[in-house]
Amino acid sequence: MKVHFDSIGMRFGGVRVLDDINLSVNAGEFVCILGPSGCGKSTLLNIVGGFVTPTEGRVTIDGEPVTGPDPRRIFVFQERGVFPWLTVEENIGFGLFRQKDDEKRARIARYVQLVGLQGFERSYPRELSGGMKQRLEVARALAVDPDVLYLDEPFGALDSITRLQMRRELLRIWQAERKTILFVTHDIEESVQLADRVVVLSARPGRVRRVVDVNLAHPRDLSDPRYIALRDEIFGEIGLAHQI
Amino acid sequence: MLGLVLLAFWALAVVVSGTKIFPSPMDVVRGLLELARRKLLWAYMGDSLFRVACGYLAAVAIGIPVGLAMGWWSSLARAANPVIQMLRPISPLAWMPLAVIWFGVSNLAPIFLIFLASVFPIIVATMNGVRNVPPMYVQAGRNFGLSTRALITRVLFPAILPRILVGLRIAFGVAWLVLVAAEMIAVDSGLGYLIIDARNAGKRYDLVVGGMLLIGLLGLILDTLIRRAETLRAVRWAFHE
Repeated sequence: MKVHFDSIGMRFGGVRVLDDINLSVNAGEFVCILGPSGCGKSTLLNIVGGFVTPTEGRVTIDGEPVTGPDPRRIFVFQERGVFPWLTVEENIGFGLFRQKDDEKRARIARYVQLVGLQGFERSYPRELSGGMKQRLEVARALAVDPDVLYLDEPFGALDSITRLQMRRELLRIWQAERKTILFVTHDIEESVQLADRVVVLSARPGRVRRVVDVNLAHPRDLSDPRYIALRDEIFGEIGLAHQI
Repeated sequence: MLGLVLLAFWALAVVVSGTKIFPSPMDVVRGLLELARRKLLWAYMGDSLFRVACGYLAAVAIGIPVGLAMGWWSSLARAANPVIQMLRPISPLAWMPLAVIWFGVSNLAPIFLIFLASVFPIIVATMNGVRNVPPMYVQAGRNFGLSTRALITRVLFPAILPRILVGLRIAFGVAWLVLVAAEMIAVDSGLGYLIIDARNAGKRYDLVVGGMLLIGLLGLILDTLIRRAETLRAVRWAFHE
């Protein structure tokens, strides 16, 4: 067991945002935390990321309680978190200040390659498309070789075609690098396409309603009846008939 | 182009009105040439630039760290901001009597006034810059394990540099603006002194206007130089979308 949430509760003032969250994530597992807007799923990710201290319970990683942010576990932001004053290679190298120069160069080259930004090493973020910026942020996170990645609706701002491509990219990277991934989303399809397990949260205060195992091999066929059954199950769980 | 039109209008107006007091453009040029012959022109310009440079650089050296600290620690801002907001609207000219008492007849008095005029815009721009840094930049910096010091130099400072630069430009404008007033006291050189002295000593309006034009011209040149800093690699990201 890699990450363990032990009875996490969170209040902001008088408002209860999260209630008694218990969850265990295995090393190398891809877990999606799914819930409606305002259910506290981003707060949950900020708690496990060490940016917010829960009012109740605690999170342990490899048995150690989380007390603050840690470079072994990198957070990828919902908005564009890349530094606009640094080039692509400077952004990827941002967290590599403990490494020797040649090691740093090698890693930058490797992750530029991995996320397909060859030819843009000297470009600034403003010269990149939305999808490229998000890939850059993933590369910056991976470059420091973390055990865990936290992704907070990372593809929310992208157009739907880019979003599909980015999901495929992320799965490819996950399979190559074998990181543990906690991925927050409000997109049901996205969660079933990506995750080993989908944790469905209720509306505020967020509670774990259900944990759905997605036992489908990658690449997943989106017309596979089992995929559709799982997706519809979650739609039902959230209380939406899958009809417009 | 518009400058040429104004110049022509000026020359024409002097001729048509037949004024004996107001100088024509040629009078002004002659006056400045005379000043140059007496080796005063360059000396005055040099003295003025020196005073503005000293007062302004002191304001930069103090204003940026103070602004950084006030933006970073909100408790400090709460304590210091009322004082700053109260001092800020006081015209530097109101400080003149005190400047003379404190610094006497020396370069320090005008330097102090120029410092006062330019330090507040720098503090305010830096402080607002820090407050407007997207929190995720700081979060990301912390996540990668940066120390507070590294966080300030590698994240905070580059993020606010464009705003600081805008503040520096405004502050420079103000510093240059108070130059004339600052040189009305305690000193006997500089472009401000030239204007006051020309008026008092011999009603030399050619030199008054000449001094004004020199201040305008030098101000324009220096502002252009500061503007060019906006194209530097470190801040270009913020100015050229």
